[in-house]
Amino acid sequence: MIVIRCPYCDELRHEEELEYGGEADIVRPAPPESISDEEWASYLYMRTNTKGHHHEQWCCRAGCSQWFKVVRDTVSHEIHQIMRLDGTLARPEEA
Amino acid sequence: MRYSLLNLLVQGFKGHKGWPVAWRACEPKSRYDAVIIGGGGHGLATAYYLAKQHGVTRIAVLEKGWIGGGNTGRNTTMVRSDYMFPESAAIYDLGLRLYEGLAKEINFNIMLSQRGWMTLIHDQHQMETAHHKINWMHCHGIDGEFVDRQTVKRMLPHLSIDGNPRFPVLGAFLQKRGGTVRHDAVAWGYARAADRLGVDIIENCEVLGFERQGDGISAINTSRGRIKTDTIGVAVAGHSSRIAEMARFQLPVTSHCLQAMVSEPIKPTLDHAVISPETGVYINQTQKGEIVMGGVLDLYHSYAQRGTYPTIEKVIAGTVEMFPAFANLRLMRHWAGIVDIVPDSSPILGATPVPNMYINCGWGTGGFKAVPAGGFLLAHAMATGKTHPMAERFGLERFVTNRLVDEGAAAGIAH
Repeated sequence: MIVIRCPYCDELRHEEELEYGGEADIVRPAPPESISDEEWASYLYMRTNTKGHHHEQWCCRAGCSQWFKVVRDTVSHEIHQIMRLDGTLARPEEA
Repeated sequence: MRYSLLNLLVQGFKGHKGWPVAWRACEPKSRYDAVIIGGGGHGLATAYYLAKQHGVTRIAVLEKGWIGGGNTGRNTTMVRSDYMFPESAAIYDLGLRLYEGLAKEINFNIMLSQRGWMTLIHDQHQMETAHHKINWMHCHGIDGEFVDRQTVKRMLPHLSIDGNPRFPVLGAFLQKRGGTVRHDAVAWGYARAADRLGVDIIENCEVLGFERQGDGISAINTSRGRIKTDTIGVAVAGHSSRIAEMARFQLPVTSHCLQAMVSEPIKPTLDHAVISPETGVYINQTQKGEIVMGGVLDLYHSYAQRGTYPTIEKVIAGTVEMFPAFANLRLMRHWAGIVDIVPDSSPILGATPVPNMYINCGWGTGGFKAVPAGGFLLAHAMATGKTHPMAERFGLERFVTNRLVDEGAAAGIAH
């Protein structure tokens, strides 16, 4: 089971209290009128689907409702890093 | 050796010591005409149809683990073809039709049991959706019918139907041709049939990378050496993105963990394969008597082939809500497979950005029922270099043209 400490409210939450938001740092390409169909498809659908250290977003759904970023091992579910959205690390000694 | 009553008797008198191995343990050769990555149901079926229908002779199947150790041995064994869009209905019914003739064709008892697939209807909205789907299925020439509450009660005597104010049962959708197949037998049967046609099945052989020649791939580096080949087929389900990464392209796939579990065996109590969209549980009883239960997939991205307690709890709670008598059963085994989820819940079939590599992935939570169809269509692409007309709508390019086949919405796939 996945257990993550929210970097905003500092509470430990397990997977039933969290919401998964998929891969992190996916940026919408701009401007829309000049990007190709391939770029748009890449933004909408293509994912790294990493086996290993994956950068992803989670929401403290049952708690403070804040979104944050996590680096998680997708095989062992070990949490390597927890970041606020501005990129600052949260309690790295515990992560 | 053919499996027959006569051979069973002869071998019985010899103390069952004369049965030959079902497939050879092969050392990889340095070169093959076609290599299939992934020795699950889809990969083995591909090898079989490639040899049988297209006469390709030098074929290897590379399996990272062992035959039957991946998703083919980790599902709930249910088969059906109750899909809505014409293109989906066609491929899923091809899968079911091929299953119907498979035991005889490959001389291996796959224990197809067409005991009926029932989707319970709990509210008026589901009632309308079910009738809508039934009409579509009849247009495609596929069987499916509505059964009323009294009939459901008769068919499923242990279902909590009267005392369940939370999820009342108004009726059910029934596909009589749906049911179960012995999952291991599909892997073993296709492996044996392919082996008899000369296919080399190479277990414990992991793909580590590709050697390029121009745009194409000329050789595969594996944990058991370098293999040169002209054509590559990929049927690795949850690990498709890994192979794509080695071949330098991306797929619209995310890998998730899908779990199932089985109880201790009991006498026959559940005659049909049943799903409840409200509890999210699908359930059937094996021929050995165990109750097999599955639920929703873990919503986060995962390559961990193991389960989690929150899901076990949800599945058990749903099962007990549907069949209160099962609360006394003990859980015997529990397992998880890594499935390849695609945004429109439809498979990806055919060409890839690499000219001599073809793919069969994206079946998500429903790959087992489509094993024969997936193999048949991938074999066609590998042998002819062209996508089979039935697979045309399922190409990778649909994510660029945005012509998706959204069965997630159409057929109400739970995941």
